[in-house]
Amino acid sequence: MSGPIFDLRDVRYRYQGKHLALDGIDLKVQPGERIAVLGANGSGKSTLLKLLDGLLPATTGEIYGLGEDMAGLDRDVERAHEFHRRVGLVFQDPDVQLFSPTVGDDVAFGPLQLDLPLKEVRSRVEGALEEMGIPHLRDRAPFELSGGEKKRAAIASVLSLDPDVILLDEPTASLDPRTKWVLVNLVVKLGAQGRTLITATHELDIVPIIADRVVVIGEDRRVLADGPVDEVLDNDPLLIEANLIHEHLHRHAPVVHAHGHEPGSHHGEEEAIEQAG
Amino acid sequence: MSIAAPALNRTPRQKRYRPSFVEKTLAGISAGVEQAVFSEENARRDGLLQRRDPRVKLVAFIALIVAVGLSREWQVMLALYAVVLALAALSAIEMRSFLKRVWLGIPLFSGVVVLPSIFFVGQHALVTVPFGFFDLTVHSDGLRAAGIFVLRVGVSVSLAILLILTTKWADILKSLRVLRVPSVFVLVLAMTYRYIFLVLHSVNGMFLARKSRIVARTSGREQRWWIVATIGVLMSRSFRMSDDVYQAMVARGFSNRMRTLDDYSMVAADWLMLAAGIAVAALAMYAGWML
Repeated sequence: MSGPIFDLRDVRYRYQGKHLALDGIDLKVQPGERIAVLGANGSGKSTLLKLLDGLLPATTGEIYGLGEDMAGLDRDVERAHEFHRRVGLVFQDPDVQLFSPTVGDDVAFGPLQLDLPLKEVRSRVEGALEEMGIPHLRDRAPFELSGGEKKRAAIASVLSLDPDVILLDEPTASLDPRTKWVLVNLVVKLGAQGRTLITATHELDIVPIIADRVVVIGEDRRVLADGPVDEVLDNDPLLIEANLIHEHLHRHAPVVHAHGHEPGSHHGEEEAIEQAG
Repeated sequence: MSIAAPALNRTPRQKRYRPSFVEKTLAGISAGVEQAVFSEENARRDGLLQRRDPRVKLVAFIALIVAVGLSREWQVMLALYAVVLALAALSAIEMRSFLKRVWLGIPLFSGVVVLPSIFFVGQHALVTVPFGFFDLTVHSDGLRAAGIFVLRVGVSVSLAILLILTTKWADILKSLRVLRVPSVFVLVLAMTYRYIFLVLHSVNGMFLARKSRIVARTSGREQRWWIVATIGVLMSRSFRMSDDVYQAMVARGFSNRMRTLDDYSMVAADWLMLAAGIAVAALAMYAGWML
């Protein structure tokens, strides 16, 4: 495909036609890009991923996915099948995604719905579990899994579709540091396979590792910035405006730290350099 | 510096601690979840029944339960119960908890149901008990019928529990397909079971959060009000979650049509167990008819 994988033109989305979740979003995504969508809680990141996955229709504006207008995708089973074979969404809450009695059943769900031959389904299940390092969890019930295991199983359930595009909603949220870095490495591995990765997160420390481009959604639910990782992450005033860092809890060069301040005060340039060094 | 701990001696005015309705509910929820996890652990053990195809177990156990249900002779039921105990022992099931699970509750519930029949059914009086202005007469045939009823319920429940203890719930559900249960129905059952755990987890959290903030005994009225409010919150959460789950299904190609992956294959031992199960059930029915 030569054109962009996604092309959003002045997209707005309102829940129940009233509550504005996204406002005037313009976004182009090229094949193979690794993009991080940054935004504070409630800025509309998850809604954007659901729009990209064709699960929600834009209230106004146009969305082109895989070169086609996505309007009416939910009413066309054939088109929806083909689209979801190529675009996978990993939900923020793995309990939403793991709805089958066992991990193996969940990973098999997608390929089965796409009418793939049973032999192919079995091979994809094994492959996806292997890739996520969880073949031992195949027959386990989701309620028996830890948070990290659930996240891996949720990603495996999408990987079994072998999609070209993977949308990840907060893949490292609520995980301990070790599990978080295991997940980050898995995401990096997926990107290295040439897949297009769009990751919604508000964890700045993982962004330089999992993305090359950053799209920041502001609290007004509009795109506040769109550019290379370093350019965006070095722009403290922008990150403060997007509520991604606070003036008293932020990043100094490569160091992220937390410290107390008197209310209303902020340390000067010299102090910041001293702290970072 | 050390601080002496306050004396914990109860004064005569202090009442004995009794868990509240909320605490008892909390304990019940935790016990329910624990029991489910415990059952799955049993199903993973290496035992005679655990090694067999779940479809075989489902069909054979249903045949045995039908045989118990149709039997009118206690000798037949006791013989079938001996088979159940032998199967449990060969399947590495902890016998004490298995027996407790069945016989602590069954006599109570089924006994209450059949209690009147020992006084009103039959003609051969066994003993007469004065009861206020009346005399209650226990009849031997009523007593026999009540005993057989309790035994029948006990053996049937033992069979059902043995099936659950030796088979993963996911496998039991998949096996329902053998009985031509529609796959969408199986999916709904599976999802219900799956999300009951999640809801129980939420309930547990809500109960604990409430308990941690309670510093005095609350009235029954307050507790009932809180339970009603909790039900409302859970219902609203469940609706929201069902929307999300449906989206997660659609995102992976679901279009109101189901295909399932059944990785079962029958080996000689499975065929043998199926034949044995049906043969024992048929023999029990025949013996019951002959006696």
